[in-house]
Amino acid sequence: MKITDLRDHLCQVYPDLCPLFSIEFGDGVLAVPCGNLFDAASDLRDLGFDRLGMVTAVDQAEEFELVYRLQSRSMLAGIFLKCSVPRENPRVKSLVDLWPAALWQEREVFDLFGIVFDGHPDLRRIMLPEDWEGHPLRKDYRDERMIRRPDYI
Amino acid sequence: MGLDVESRRVVEVEEGGTVEELVVNVGPSHPSTHGVCRVIAHLDSEIVTKAEPVIGHLHRGIEKMAENRTYLQVVPLTDRLDYVGSMYANWAYCRAVERLASIRVPDRAEYLRVIVCEMQRIASHMMAIGSAGADSGAVTQFVYAFDQRERIIEHFEELCGARLTYNYVRPGGVSHDLPEGWIESLLAFCESHRKGLDMMDKLFFGNVIARGRMKGVGVLSAEEAVAWGASGPVARGSGVEWDLRKHDPYSVYPRLDFEVPIGSNGDCYDRGRVRLLECYESCSIIEQAIAQLEPGAIMADGVPRLLAPLPGDAYDHIESARGSLGVYLVSDGSPRPYRMKVRSPAFCNLALLPMLAEGHLLSDLVVILGSLDPVFGEVDR
Repeated sequence: MKITDLRDHLCQVYPDLCPLFSIEFGDGVLAVPCGNLFDAASDLRDLGFDRLGMVTAVDQAEEFELVYRLQSRSMLAGIFLKCSVPRENPRVKSLVDLWPAALWQEREVFDLFGIVFDGHPDLRRIMLPEDWEGHPLRKDYRDERMIRRPDYI
Repeated sequence: MGLDVESRRVVEVEEGGTVEELVVNVGPSHPSTHGVCRVIAHLDSEIVTKAEPVIGHLHRGIEKMAENRTYLQVVPLTDRLDYVGSMYANWAYCRAVERLASIRVPDRAEYLRVIVCEMQRIASHMMAIGSAGADSGAVTQFVYAFDQRERIIEHFEELCGARLTYNYVRPGGVSHDLPEGWIESLLAFCESHRKGLDMMDKLFFGNVIARGRMKGVGVLSAEEAVAWGASGPVARGSGVEWDLRKHDPYSVYPRLDFEVPIGSNGDCYDRGRVRLLECYESCSIIEQAIAQLEPGAIMADGVPRLLAPLPGDAYDHIESARGSLGVYLVSDGSPRPYRMKVRSPAFCNLALLPMLAEGHLLSDLVVILGSLDPVFGEVDR
């Protein structure tokens, strides 16, 4: 399958998401509701996206945008899988069952954003000490050691 | 390596007897851990039953710091990610910025980037191969490899004034053009480097003791390498053909002719030897790039000091010495990145350590860790 055929296929499987799906620079972007994330990822894996490249999140004020980047070695293509989790009680199903690569990467997102991955076998902090309070990559994170960088520009 | 006080635990075994499980704390500051990595190793006599890496000792919050700096001010931060291969992080970041701000880079700058990054690959692999020797008791190898590495670092010093943190690749191009006589001396280095590689291949990879220490140790299958998101020499050592220079070609790599060496067994030996073979290819890439290099601008026209790309996101990745190094940038239209994420190959490769080390000797743990070639600036970020 080519990345251009993938769009048609995904539009059939997720008709209401079709307008959200775009292909830019050979990279597709598929935004799904977080409840469908695991199934969408599982579908994409069966379609040939065999590598989980990156897991991260972006703090978008009211919600967190979760970003997964999948890669296909057969199609030589990449795709972004995005979903928005609410800021209050952010939970999403873990992709560890599909790719063990998610094991550490989801731990990192949990550590720095506080997003809980259901079904993750070992969800602990990874970068920061166990007793750290708060999640530093959230935009509203504050602690007394932070120094405001002066606005030179 | 120190003993943990509460480390002795009695484990019951099926036959009715008991064995004592010993928990040994390796690192965080020990030469064999290649930086600040702590490994909690559970041992049954000398066999590792469970190895748990504890990372984050070098976590400086670079992704958070980037949110508070302008796009240009972030470049020196990327130097501090993979400090054995600063050029890569510079380049990956700049590519993401260029994609975000739609900047077209002049040809000469692209060639210079390829040349310095292939030099960096040699320098980084020399570190990996040299320390693989030191890890397994072959200190001679370490010295020979560092001799080669030093000569690359000298070239970098002449080029941009720094030996480790280059800040050379900038959004839109590179910071300096080549000094006089630099190309000639680089070509002479490539010539002599091949001889050095030949010697190391015989001295170290042909050595019966080194082979004994590395062959069949820490075997990673191709399927596991893909599922765990391994990249770079770690994946290629297992026979996975995955090199972004070939499989998602960027910059001027499509115009260059080179091979991607792959291993077959996925053990420490193959991972190490893939690195050695890549150095030959890098020499050839450097020579081709120099032959195709033409005079011209080294910086795109009209790149403002204060970049403020339109709102949106961009991801770009390059093949670093450790694997797929990606940078994901989100812009909100302001002069500072709203979010920067570094997809670190060393981090993903290090996640393999517990699986690879299980069932091996404690002394092999060190060899396996070295064969993954983690750089903790990039793991911890």
